[in-house]
Amino acid sequence: MITDFIGEVQIYGPGFLLAAWTVFWLTILTIVVSWVCGLLAALGHRSKVKAVRMVAAFYIWFIRGTPTLIQVFIIYFGLPQFGVRLSPFTAGVLSLGINSGAYVAEIIRGGLTAIPRGQTESSLALGFSPAETMRSIILPQVFRIILPSITNEAISTLKNTSLLSTITVVELTLYAQTLIAATFRPFEFYIAVAVIYLVLTTFLTQLAAWLERRYALQS
Amino acid sequence: MPEHILALRDIHKSFGETQVLKGISLNVTAGEVVSIIGASGSGKSTFLRSINGLEMPQSGFLDFEGLSFDYHPESRFFPTATQLQALRKKVGMVFQSYNLWPHMTVLQNVIHAPIKLLKIPRAQAIEEAEALLSRIGLYEKRQSYPARLSGGQQQRVAIARALAMKPSLMLFDEVTSALDPELVHEVLVLMASLAREGMTMLVVTHEIAFARDVSSRVLFFDKGVIAEDGPPEILRNPQSDRLRQFLHRILHDEVAGAGAGYGGTQQ
Repeated sequence: MITDFIGEVQIYGPGFLLAAWTVFWLTILTIVVSWVCGLLAALGHRSKVKAVRMVAAFYIWFIRGTPTLIQVFIIYFGLPQFGVRLSPFTAGVLSLGINSGAYVAEIIRGGLTAIPRGQTESSLALGFSPAETMRSIILPQVFRIILPSITNEAISTLKNTSLLSTITVVELTLYAQTLIAATFRPFEFYIAVAVIYLVLTTFLTQLAAWLERRYALQS
Repeated sequence: MPEHILALRDIHKSFGETQVLKGISLNVTAGEVVSIIGASGSGKSTFLRSINGLEMPQSGFLDFEGLSFDYHPESRFFPTATQLQALRKKVGMVFQSYNLWPHMTVLQNVIHAPIKLLKIPRAQAIEEAEALLSRIGLYEKRQSYPARLSGGQQQRVAIARALAMKPSLMLFDEVTSALDPELVHEVLVLMASLAREGMTMLVVTHEIAFARDVSSRVLFFDKGVIAEDGPPEILRNPQSDRLRQFLHRILHDEVAGAGAGYGGTQQ
């Protein structure tokens, strides 16, 4: 029994590790894309230019109102019609990043409203530009406030990478499906996949908890 | 004639339908300590905030150290963003709610602007900031975060933060109004010592004792205009009924505090 298990780990372990590594990178890159999109949309939402505000509002409205899977399909299967052919991995990062960005935008928007107006005023009064005020006074405070919500969003993103099995990204879910097709043992392999996801999300939670301690406002 | 450091002419400001400033003109000479008193809603805070452009006047003129603004929106002397920043670098402002940055230590709060805006080398900025903090008696707190400080301490750091830019004019906007009564004194003492050293100051305040003992000039704002402008003696001998009524109301509230005194009387 034990030797059976060790043997199986030896056979399937490296493949699972590779798939987990893929999930790890998918998640990291997706988070980067989502923060860029989210920050742009959150700031765009307060722009003085009406057109910019409308673009930001449309983006958030569209993304939050349509299924993630459909968004993935639009990018991967839809864009080639216009000559934009992306690898499964790139299409996955892009679509999940754009998707998560809309939620990140809402989180950042909430964080921005939590910063008192006086924080901006004291910086402007010293002679800082609005952009520099945003960069060194407002956003560092927003970051601290939204860290818990942004962690939740990152965990959702990680779990959403399993959707990319539908566009042939060989991540954990698709890898397990391939093995199941060959071995007819769905229970063991899906449990194995679930455990690996659990390890990854726990790692993310711990990282966020460390960041929260590191950057906590002393009070 | 002494040189005017700040000259404002015919400043108008409305919020929607409400006219808050109805043509304010004021010349301030270097070293003057001007207290601005008046009921809430009289426009005194808005006036102070219009000096450094936190509120943009709808019309009027400003002259300050070589900068000349015409606030009429179509004027070619309407301040650009860069000119406004240039003004703000030389005009320090302290707020009612301190507005220290909670994610920075006391020292970081004080050195942030000099390093970034005046391009002072970090070591020198720290040295100057530590001298300022020693002066306000908070050198020991330089590595603390603002949340660890009392309101009075925070407000003194806010004053140090403004002074670190070596301003030629300081604006104080009801800086003791949010403080517990027992913490008001330490802030006023610091302001009085600044006044004695010749800092030019505009002080919006409810502290009549401060206006009387420390300032060299008192403005009484009423309904968006300067209703009285004179030496602190006008607080003993108000010329207008409005000021007399205002003082009557205020002094009744602070009979106990009126005799405190800050020993900074300027001649």
